[in-house]
Amino acid sequence: MNIEQELKALASQKGITRRGFMERALALGVTTALATTLADRAFAAPKRGGRFRCGLGHGSTTDSLDPATFENLYMQVVGSAARSNLMEVGQNGDLLPELAEGFDVSDDARTWKFNLRRGVEFHNGKTVDANDVVASINHHRGEDSKSAAKSLLDAIVDMKADGKDAVTITLKEGNADFPFLLSDYHLAILPTSGDTVDWKSGAGTGAYVLESYEPGVRTTFKRNPNYFKTGFGHFDEVELITIADVAARTNALTTGEIDAMDRVDLKTAHLLKRRKGIKIVETSGTQHYTFTMRTDTPPFDNNDVRLALKHAIDREAVLKTILRGHGVLGNDHPIGQSNRYHAGNLPQRAYDPDKAKHHLKKAGAEGLSVDLSAADAAFAGAVDAAVLYKEHAAKAGININVVREPDDGYWANVWMKKPYCAVYWGGRPTEDWMFSTAYSADANWNDSFWKHDRFNELLLTARAELDETKRRGMYEEMQAIVRDDGGVLVPMFANYVMGLSDKIGHGQMAANWSMDGFKCTERWWFV
Amino acid sequence: MTQILTMVAQRLALGLLTLFVVSLIIFLGVELLPGDLTQAILGQAATEETVAAFRKELKLDLPPHERYIAWLGGILQGDLGHSLANKRAITELMGVRLWNTLFLAFISAVISIPLALGLGILAALYRNTLYDRMVNIFTLSSISFPEFFVAYILILVLAVQLGWFPSISNIGEELGFWERVYRSILPALTLTLVVVAHMMRMTRAAIINLMASPYIEMANLKGLPRARVIVKHALPNALAPIINVVVINLAYLVVGVVIVEVVFVYPGLGQLLIDAVRTRDIPVVQATGLFFAAAYILLNLTADVLSILTNPRLLHPR
Repeated sequence: MNIEQELKALASQKGITRRGFMERALALGVTTALATTLADRAFAAPKRGGRFRCGLGHGSTTDSLDPATFENLYMQVVGSAARSNLMEVGQNGDLLPELAEGFDVSDDARTWKFNLRRGVEFHNGKTVDANDVVASINHHRGEDSKSAAKSLLDAIVDMKADGKDAVTITLKEGNADFPFLLSDYHLAILPTSGDTVDWKSGAGTGAYVLESYEPGVRTTFKRNPNYFKTGFGHFDEVELITIADVAARTNALTTGEIDAMDRVDLKTAHLLKRRKGIKIVETSGTQHYTFTMRTDTPPFDNNDVRLALKHAIDREAVLKTILRGHGVLGNDHPIGQSNRYHAGNLPQRAYDPDKAKHHLKKAGAEGLSVDLSAADAAFAGAVDAAVLYKEHAAKAGININVVREPDDGYWANVWMKKPYCAVYWGGRPTEDWMFSTAYSADANWNDSFWKHDRFNELLLTARAELDETKRRGMYEEMQAIVRDDGGVLVPMFANYVMGLSDKIGHGQMAANWSMDGFKCTERWWFV
Repeated sequence: MTQILTMVAQRLALGLLTLFVVSLIIFLGVELLPGDLTQAILGQAATEETVAAFRKELKLDLPPHERYIAWLGGILQGDLGHSLANKRAITELMGVRLWNTLFLAFISAVISIPLALGLGILAALYRNTLYDRMVNIFTLSSISFPEFFVAYILILVLAVQLGWFPSISNIGEELGFWERVYRSILPALTLTLVVVAHMMRMTRAAIINLMASPYIEMANLKGLPRARVIVKHALPNALAPIINVVVINLAYLVVGVVIVEVVFVYPGLGQLLIDAVRTRDIPVVQATGLFFAAAYILLNLTADVLSILTNPRLLHPR
């Protein structure tokens, strides 16, 4: 690595200040002039202007602007450019008020009153009021809703406008994380026309006004001159282009056709990094891959079998081979490092064939043979990961038979049907959200069909607990329970790896989702 | 002339029948794929209730034959229907992309057809010379490589190293004609390289085939220059097979360019078809499939009519 690259890497490190950067740069023997130029480039105050062209790997002709249907990164970035939520997750993972000014909560965490920011206008000129908020959230509720956010909002028993500038929401039971849920990308606030929300026009309160939208091809925006946030939305124009082929995306970036891309090809990331004018940025968030066992089906109903399987995988090798090191080891629970209550002191589970054998013996299942279903639809490299796992497990005397399933219909026919299969999770910003999505006994997506009384009890208590320390204790205990008893093997968390032109400036990069928490359009700028 | 018109009418009627069969095959094919649109769109988010609500809304809960008949009824009234996935009218969805696809086919044809004919005629003229062999080697190797390989080589040389052309075809309606041409030039060149060999070889073979005929020998004996013999005497009689090959390649330029579209991010019909198949968006698959079939049928018809016009003997098959 030459000095310039080292400095580039340094400048994109988390938490480094301009002063710290200058000190390190001078220590590396760079002239003051060069260090200053580099620092200016990396830490310059955001500048206005320019047309930001961003190539994204998702996006399809079947997309629509209806936030209830959003399911891929492309629409999530489009939505975040044009619209805002009541709450948002900030660049360092904190929850910030967005269209809300703040909220009041009752002691049992059941009644939430959100006070709206006043005088914010939609792109069509309408002022945001409480009715818009109620209608936008109701858009995802109700019998006929097919929104993926429907189950998130099941807990709402009552929601009403409280005057023009406040909304009161009452929940079935207390939930201290409820404002986090309102930052979900589905729950953007849309203008109402009559009784229904208008999603067709694409009008919102976001930093950019939608100019043209061609599903699966591209979307163009102009800056919203009336944006209510200061210090965000620096580009004059934004163009989001669907480039499904990773080689085409890489070519477009290297030839300067686009300024940023998502999902860098991990196999060639090190080569791309060497190229002048391009930087690779990655964030470790909550995105993780799992091998999920159905704990209601033999032999996985025996915890010793599950523990044997968990000890029989060499996570380091899988991380190195499948993700080329662009990730973090998993510890058999779904809570990532960027989560607030991540149990950092829980010992990392390691590859230990002897321990696996010990557990097998305890279960009386020596010579265990299981089928593991995988397809690349589960996650890129799932089949390869399963084959690697097979090799590792053989040393522990476990025979894993890898079943290659078709990509088509994987989520319908394999996931939650086959007893042992590979799964992808985008993760969730809060512990409660993640656990109640896929680990609580009554969750729709409890894909390990796992029922643990202590865990479910803790889940309910922690949800309504407003005391930070107590909550932390409970969530750490829950992570330990999932790790040692759950039906999910989490070998690794995958980083979001993005390629940027070094003309792009950015602050600390949010880790909750790819592309700076979907908000690259309003958070980045041209230096 | 009436004979030709009758033939055209017959062919058109047969074409309609073919289209009907094609639509049936497409429909059944998509039905056979595992999963349906609701599951494809909702993905992991497909719980039983959301799937049921979605199916009902899209009328996917009706039996297949009812849906097919309803769709056919719509087509007969000139209504292509709406995309199941995003409710946009299919005519609107296809409109821009259809135009883009035809534009790319047109540019590629404008480059490749004269090039192929010229190279072919010259190859016949200078048969078995070094030139002939070089042209053959070059065109045959470019057709032998897979399209994406040719495309990547062109990108590497012309976009990445020389920086002459953009590596992706980011085209929109606001662009002027020449800007569009400029941005579409790499996909057009790729397609040209892929189709030239076939047309060029056929031109060469058809002409050489005729060169042994007595009337060409006569022309040679009259002392006409060789170029004139080929262009004025041999070429007109060789046109029928050449036209057929040219038209087949034209059809290919319209319907077979999916890979090139993906590599150059060209917003054409192929990508629409792939997206639609992936999400089981049957009306869109049907509409694009029908368009592709219609393009084939019409182009073949044109080829036959043109061949007959150049060689009236073909009207009276023995």
